[in-house]
Amino acid sequence: MPGHSTPSQTVGPFFSIGLGHLNRADFSEGATGERITIQGRLLDGDGQPVPDAILEIWQADADGRYHHPEHSAAPNDATPFFGFTRIATDDHGGFSFTTVKPGPVHGPDGKPQAPHLQISVFMRGLLKQLVTRLYFPEDPLNASDPVLQVVPESRRATLLARQSSHNENTLEWNVCLQGGDETVFFDC
Amino acid sequence: MKLLLGYRKPAPGTQPNHLYPPYVSSIKRAPKQPLISIPITLSEITGPSFPKEIASPKAFDLTRQQKGQPLGERITVSGRVLDEDGRPIRNTLVEIWQANAAGRYLHKHDQHDAPLDPNFTGEGRTFTDEHGRYRFITVRPGAYPWKNHYNAWRPQHIHFSLFGPAFATRLVTQMYFPGDPLLEFDPIFHSIPEEAARRRLISSFDWLSTEPDLSLGFRFDIVLRGREATPMER
Repeated sequence: MPGHSTPSQTVGPFFSIGLGHLNRADFSEGATGERITIQGRLLDGDGQPVPDAILEIWQADADGRYHHPEHSAAPNDATPFFGFTRIATDDHGGFSFTTVKPGPVHGPDGKPQAPHLQISVFMRGLLKQLVTRLYFPEDPLNASDPVLQVVPESRRATLLARQSSHNENTLEWNVCLQGGDETVFFDC
Repeated sequence: MKLLLGYRKPAPGTQPNHLYPPYVSSIKRAPKQPLISIPITLSEITGPSFPKEIASPKAFDLTRQQKGQPLGERITVSGRVLDEDGRPIRNTLVEIWQANAAGRYLHKHDQHDAPLDPNFTGEGRTFTDEHGRYRFITVRPGAYPWKNHYNAWRPQHIHFSLFGPAFATRLVTQMYFPGDPLLEFDPIFHSIPEEAARRRLISSFDWLSTEPDLSLGFRFDIVLRGREATPMER
């Protein structure tokens, strides 16, 4: 019986009751690769922090393998890296998580995609999730990444994390829902 | 080279837009720029799967998580999780959360002047079985007021979160109850343009899952995006 997909509805303000059990700020445990911390803020159309949002992150391991049967190169559980976490924003709209930098995953044309994190954003006021990606600064593969290439050049910077001037191995990346620095969100 | 099969786009009118001004919170939080279409890659057609241990055997029964029984009308909510081709989605995590029978969430920011219930957290989770079936035992949540507009009340609802097989099949939604008079006035429900699509969020009363002397049954089937039939050429 073919049917239409069930419509999305907002997570509302109290999602932590049902979703908080999977929140982990450090999901690099036991994984090999370069540990990296991402810090940022989530801002609304007035530039005000969003204190009631969650980010879901999905990524490949340091060798560019997704732990999923669709990926033929998926490891046979030799590495424990699991690739998913949830992070809630704090009272100031801030978020922080530690992971390992993913390796390049092959793209639709067989060429490698630049290392990236897949990110879904949920919050009160969003009737369905927003989907974006975080890319790593100065990665040589960014120039040929098949997703970055379809983003107008003037907006690509919103997908690129910046090296923190305070801490090594720390990147900064903000999510802006509106405004001049509005983050690029995808239809995928 | 292996061609990748993406997931079908929703039919027009069957999903809400991000901006729906009657839902006031969407005004400052919906993006203003159009979404950008991207080629399907492994990153969208893969997604997390979870070990069964993250849902304890008791987690499907929200009436037996504390010392005593919660107040309210005991109900069973069950159904199947399918894809758009009617295939069951097996062993996928289903998470729910809801207000108690008085319309109050166990959350520090819920200021509604209705009592908390020491025997009800409102949190449940389970996995679908081999046929895509799931089942929760809970109490019927109360309606509650909110600040969207004058005398605004949310219809009774249970929040659902599902993953399915891929990042692209992720869905968070809300289940409503048949005959709820508040649905007509609810901007979140009405953010879905097409009436037939809205109605898919209303559960049906179900004699088959109603248990004598125990609980009323409600059925809520959930459909996640189906796979493209042919590889995308983009």
